[in-house]
Amino acid sequence: MRLLLLAIASISSATLPAATLEQTIRTAQIKVVKIYGAGGLRQLEAYQSGILISAEGHVLTALSYVLDTDDLAIVLDDGRKWQAELVGSDPVSELAVLKLASDADTFPYFDLQAAARAGVGQRVLALSNLYGIASGDEPVSVLQGVISAVAPLEARRGAFQVNFRGTVYVLDAYANNPGAAGGALVDWQGQLLGVLGKELRSQVTGTWLNYALPVESFAATVDDLIAGRVLQSASTDRLEPDQPLTAEVLGIALVPNILPRTPPYVDTVRRGSPADRVGLRSDDLIVFIAAQPTPSCQVVLEEFARHEQSAAVSISVLRDGSLLEFSLLADADSPHSVSQPIDQP
Amino acid sequence: MNSVRTMIDQLAKVVPTTERSGLAEWFFPPSGPHSQQRRGIVSLATIAFLLVLLVAPIQAELAPSDAVLQAQQRRVEVMSQASQATVAVFDGTGQGGGSAVLISPDGFALTNFHVTAPCGPAMKCGLADGRLYDAVIVGIDPTGDVALVQLLGRDDFPFSELGDSDAVRVGDWVFVVGNPFLLAHDFWPSVSFGMVSGVRRYQYPSGTLLEYTDCIQTDAAINPGNSGGPLFDAAGRLIGINGRGSFEKRGRVNVGVGYAISINQIKRFLGHLRSGRIVDHASLGATVSSGQSDGVIVDDILERSDAFRRGLRYGDEIFRFAGREIGSANALKNVLGVFPSGWVVPLSFRRDGETFDTQIRLMSLHDSAQLIDMVQQQRQKPVQPPEGDKRPRPGDEIPQPDDEKNPLKKLRLPKLGKQEPELPAAVAERYQSRRGYANYFYNLQQQQRLWETYRQQNPLVEGHYAWQIEGELEAGGRFEVELAADQGGIKLPSSDSGARFTGSLETQLSPPGSGGLLLTLHLWQRLLDRGLRTFGEVHYLGQLPIGPQWEPADCLVGIHESVEARFYFSTTSGDLIAIEMIPSENVDSCLLYLDQFEMLAGRRLPLRWTVRHGDHQFAQLQIDRWEFGPRSPTAETEN
Repeated sequence: MRLLLLAIASISSATLPAATLEQTIRTAQIKVVKIYGAGGLRQLEAYQSGILISAEGHVLTALSYVLDTDDLAIVLDDGRKWQAELVGSDPVSELAVLKLASDADTFPYFDLQAAARAGVGQRVLALSNLYGIASGDEPVSVLQGVISAVAPLEARRGAFQVNFRGTVYVLDAYANNPGAAGGALVDWQGQLLGVLGKELRSQVTGTWLNYALPVESFAATVDDLIAGRVLQSASTDRLEPDQPLTAEVLGIALVPNILPRTPPYVDTVRRGSPADRVGLRSDDLIVFIAAQPTPSCQVVLEEFARHEQSAAVSISVLRDGSLLEFSLLADADSPHSVSQPIDQP
Repeated sequence: MNSVRTMIDQLAKVVPTTERSGLAEWFFPPSGPHSQQRRGIVSLATIAFLLVLLVAPIQAELAPSDAVLQAQQRRVEVMSQASQATVAVFDGTGQGGGSAVLISPDGFALTNFHVTAPCGPAMKCGLADGRLYDAVIVGIDPTGDVALVQLLGRDDFPFSELGDSDAVRVGDWVFVVGNPFLLAHDFWPSVSFGMVSGVRRYQYPSGTLLEYTDCIQTDAAINPGNSGGPLFDAAGRLIGINGRGSFEKRGRVNVGVGYAISINQIKRFLGHLRSGRIVDHASLGATVSSGQSDGVIVDDILERSDAFRRGLRYGDEIFRFAGREIGSANALKNVLGVFPSGWVVPLSFRRDGETFDTQIRLMSLHDSAQLIDMVQQQRQKPVQPPEGDKRPRPGDEIPQPDDEKNPLKKLRLPKLGKQEPELPAAVAERYQSRRGYANYFYNLQQQQRLWETYRQQNPLVEGHYAWQIEGELEAGGRFEVELAADQGGIKLPSSDSGARFTGSLETQLSPPGSGGLLLTLHLWQRLLDRGLRTFGEVHYLGQLPIGPQWEPADCLVGIHESVEARFYFSTTSGDLIAIEMIPSENVDSCLLYLDQFEMLAGRRLPLRWTVRHGDHQFAQLQIDRWEFGPRSPTAETEN
């Protein structure tokens, strides 16, 4: 109850000193940068966000494929564009530090040592270049919300559990859209609370999470990265699905597996099956499952088994020389499948 | 710990579908799978209910200050009032719809073009009073995704005040009202609340239609069915029309990024939309690329553009346009998109270190046949799949290959019958089909309105073609004009000249340097003589800025022998305040400003004429004698 009152009070009072909130946002916006790098394929956006964390131009961002290039471009709030190099990265928290290729300039920045903490119910602002909406000197987008929970992250990316198991801020704003990773979570005074994480789903429900890594979870690590100390890399645990997906469930029968590397051609598609409904056919050659290359029948079967039956899986096939993409979802008849709207056919 | 886990799980379930208000979540933790869909929308009733529920028990515990309660009460009132003016739009067959907002008591309402396109000329509109009204299409702006409709049957509709979207700032509180997922069976609209996330955003068109320039980005939930509905500022003023969102793998529901067409853009188009036309956007007539320094560099320019005639050339650097600094090609595109074709805007550019400031008239973005075709295609687009069913399920990845950043498609319910219903009688009375028009009825109505007002005020109509006019030139000396039905002459201190009004008119542009003053006067006489019906092709264009102050004026266009005359009428007095004669596409017009209306020879006449051609003023004439009828019995007259 108290919490709610707080929320209402802050909504109402916000209408009075509106200029202040506007200024707070503006002050925070100039410390958030747009990062352009590798990617550009569907659902692999070639951009993300970052925050300036030193006057010399260190930028904290998410460790991702976007950084896998020698041609990283950082665009500041005022539209100035800089080359940047990777100073260091932490595979556990999946954060990376970049340095703008500048010696003389000084930049506005968030001081990680002076960062604040927040509790459940606190009003927050999420600043990022989600969907790459802003370009050049356009300011990044601002979303508002409250901290819904402060709790350990239990999340997965595809079939993998994420390494970071620490406590995160769970948000009720849609903060973690494509391109938002590396953006800032600030309070209404503009103090940095955390960094927006990469797109992840809940391990339990499979829904997309909106969360930020609290500053205290990475402040020390970032100091090490800036100082050039090497971090130990972590292993990547693979989770066994509760109910593994099979080719049979999808209605796909592959050609007989007679060679060590039998090309995974579809032999038959069961009538009325999920595969049939999306238009998979005999003689289609399966080349990717969930972006993993599938050179043989064996790999196809293994790859299917890494997915939950309840989740849709994308599959690419080669047919008559062209690459076709399908999204397959097993029929929901298992007791384990997650809840669905009752009017869903 | 366990309870925290449960809470996160619940929140995680909620996250994809909830609207952004923390209030609803804390009060109604999700209880079952289907409650998730409802949670996306906090109806006004819910908010009011919450307030009642809230205030009573808490007061004892932690009495909130009166200021807080008052602010909350004010918000409830503002939202309630805003809801009265919000419209639930359904097509005539009841198979789909969207939202709209009333902007005048006689029922004019704004919505999206992509909402009205599949409806045809008639739609059904529900208001918060629970009643369903017939509505008719008035005008459309397919490029900007805006349509004007009129609700029928009342002259006291509740309506919204138009705000100033240029004053909107990131961080401002805003709310969205509308009919998401077509939930409002009793037509009482839903409200969602949020913040302005970005201003002056640009969203690429799909094809060449539905381009959102200079638009407002908000995290207030905008879902399918909200299309065409209002975005209000905290005081309940209309600042935008919602129509798009960024979606991706999370499915076609709000993920915190919605876009609204700014109301200031729509204000410029409103006069045009009332004309019943298919309204076009503007083009500079030049393409640019981002330069090394602050401005943008012209890398191609059409010789028939006004920009070219005003001196803009290949390689010039544009640094200011329509009052805004231009730093990139995108910035120019963003500013250009808010203007209708034919609008006049200031332009500043540099060449070899020298700065030029000029005014240019923007040309059309599309040629009219092209635009009509695209509108037809949009209308005939196949029925969308029933998106109302596409509620996200946990773990569900909805493939939407081409839907990223597309306009929120209007919702479609399963198709019941095939045949288009007949137009309701009220609509049939106010609808007239004609190529190039959304509804020609409104064009005729505007033509007649201007003409009737003008005729009542101006007994000039009986003057016919024989005019003799004399006066002083501002530059010194006397002038004399003599007009007859088939020819005219002017005596100036420098020279005498004449023009014949038979045969090909576009060559009769004397006196030299005026752009065709005599022909301009002749076309004025022709309008007075023939009226709307037999002048030639006549239509009402809409409102365009004109005169030294660039005030919008009603513009009536007449075409005679391929020469175009634009008659500008004051929106306040109904006087004819300017005539512009455009002999052909590639040359500058002759623009005649008329003012100082005074009584002379028993009639109310404009005694000061200012003649402009291109960049310069040809002459300013002060009239002291104006006679009607032939000078001598031998002069020709025509009845």
